[in-house]
Amino acid sequence: MRNIWTIARREYRHYFISPIAYIVALLILLVMGIYFLLVLYQSSLMAFYGGATPPETSDLLGLMPFMLLFAGPALTMRLLADEHRTGTLELLLTAPIRDAELIIGKWLGAFLFVLTIIAITLIFPIILHFWLVDPGIDQVLMLSTYLGIILVSGVFLAIGTAISAIFKNQFAALFATLVALFFMWYLIGWPAYVMPSGGEIFRFLGLSDHYFNGFASGSVDVSDIIYYVSLIIFNLFVGTTAIEMRRWQ
Amino acid sequence: MIRVTGLTKDYGARRAIENLSFEARQGEVVGFLGPNGAGKTTTMRILTGYMPPTYGAAEIAGFDVVEESLEVRQRVGYLPETVPLYPEMTVFDYLKFMADLRHLPNAEDMVDDALEMVHMIDRADGYIANLSKGMRQRIGLAQALLHRPEVLILDEPTIGLDPAQVVDVRNIIREVGKERTVLLSTHILTEAQQLCDRVLIINKGHIVAEDTPENLQARLMGAERSLLRVKGEADDLVPVLSKINGIQEVTIRPDGSLEFQYASGLDVRPEVAKTVINSGYELFELSPIHLSLEEIFLELTRDEVSGKKGARHA
Ligand SMILES: Nc1ncnc2c1ncn2[C@@H]1O[C@H](COP(=O)(O)OP(=O)(O)OP(=O)(O)O)[C@@H](O)[C@H]1O
Ligand SMILES: [Mg+2]
Repeated sequence: MRNIWTIARREYRHYFISPIAYIVALLILLVMGIYFLLVLYQSSLMAFYGGATPPETSDLLGLMPFMLLFAGPALTMRLLADEHRTGTLELLLTAPIRDAELIIGKWLGAFLFVLTIIAITLIFPIILHFWLVDPGIDQVLMLSTYLGIILVSGVFLAIGTAISAIFKNQFAALFATLVALFFMWYLIGWPAYVMPSGGEIFRFLGLSDHYFNGFASGSVDVSDIIYYVSLIIFNLFVGTTAIEMRRWQ
Repeated sequence: MIRVTGLTKDYGARRAIENLSFEARQGEVVGFLGPNGAGKTTTMRILTGYMPPTYGAAEIAGFDVVEESLEVRQRVGYLPETVPLYPEMTVFDYLKFMADLRHLPNAEDMVDDALEMVHMIDRADGYIANLSKGMRQRIGLAQALLHRPEVLILDEPTIGLDPAQVVDVRNIIREVGKERTVLLSTHILTEAQQLCDRVLIINKGHIVAEDTPENLQARLMGAERSLLRVKGEADDLVPVLSKINGIQEVTIRPDGSLEFQYASGLDVRPEVAKTVINSGYELFELSPIHLSLEEIFLELTRDEVSGKKGARHA
């Protein structure tokens, strides 16, 4: 546990001196800010014509999964690939820590950084709740949407960490992670919409359905949580295996 | 302390080391001497738990490097060939990170101690990116010494250092080597001679010789050679010099200088100098020719193969 924390803390700190991490954080917050204003503008228009529902957290976070699809790979690409390239992996692989601790620590560092960004975005629902919407927003929906976003980012980062453990070149890792995430988010569920029957399994396998029809609709289902958590564990396991296989080459 | 038996490592189809066996005891500095690609780094990487061997076994402080890798890694300090550092960290933060990974109590004091040892304490708060190559090498050494390991494995610890720093680093190694086990690799024969209690000469994945530096020296120096340079043509000197008692062979080198070989222990150089002067030549240079590492390998591999020392030619 302690080793995981040591690795994670170094990684977390590293993001605060990394230009890419700053760009990612600023872009997310900027886009969310603009989107926030658009949501407000639209709902005020609708209120003008009468009978509108007030904006909700799920509206505010509407672009978040899409942004994380790019932010995740950008944040995880160098995690292990770069250590491999510069040779510092040799330092970590000869330190008295387990390969799993290394991978989990790397993932946790990235996850904590994304959690920090997500925490900052709380400002938007808070503004809505206290100043703009009377008598306040749906707090259950807010919590479930945020829980969903947190789990989704955990999965994205775990996939990115595993892929970074496979590649020596961080841009190869970036590209492969983007492909993997787009596949898991958009494509894998697609047969469910075209197959006359039996396509439900694909919808279940895809990442997005659990989010949009679960967390972002205010329903927290234990099976959705288990699905995301087991994907995180599975990918961290893949990453650990990749490191072990590299030792054996 | 280090016990290696029948170690073999294949990278795909290429065999990097084959059937290596050796030991290093506590308080012993063992040198791994060999040319590029001999398998020094490969062996060290197996000993430090970076990768497992294809065949064979190695033990450090009684623990198997594969089965009890974490135990081994706790007891080993390792300076890899690439000197792995994080340039964006400060020297102190980097060493503190490594100390935390090793769960050192009072980590900050131990970081300071290690920095004192390598004389880098004044750069503790500087960024690693701003250090010179030699300084980085010393930070890498501090990292290896940090937890006061029982066994130190140093892959080319003095490469890229200026002469003063080489002396400095050698002193540190010698000091550490008094109580602990040190295995270091080098291309430099004199370094191995100065530092090591025992030298393993490795070539193409095989140990071709293992002995104390003195014994190796004696084995290699069945004959000594010197270079002689005089003003003008020296051809006429060849028959004159050949008559001197002890000289075995005199040859003219392409650049016009002379090279002579004589039995070691019978230093003929004063006699040669006298003869040159008395023959009316002006003496420019008279200097020993050291065996290069390559020649030593040639010599040793020839020894291993045919069991006799062949004569060398210029
Ligand atoms: N990762 C690797 N993959 C494939 N072959 C390798 C790898 N590392 C080393 N080798 C090969 O193994 C052999 C031994 O290499 P090694 O790095 O152990 O030599 P060395 O004695 O440390 O040489 P140097 O003095 O140049 O550092 C070489 O033929 C090298 O090409
Ligand atoms: Mg090497």
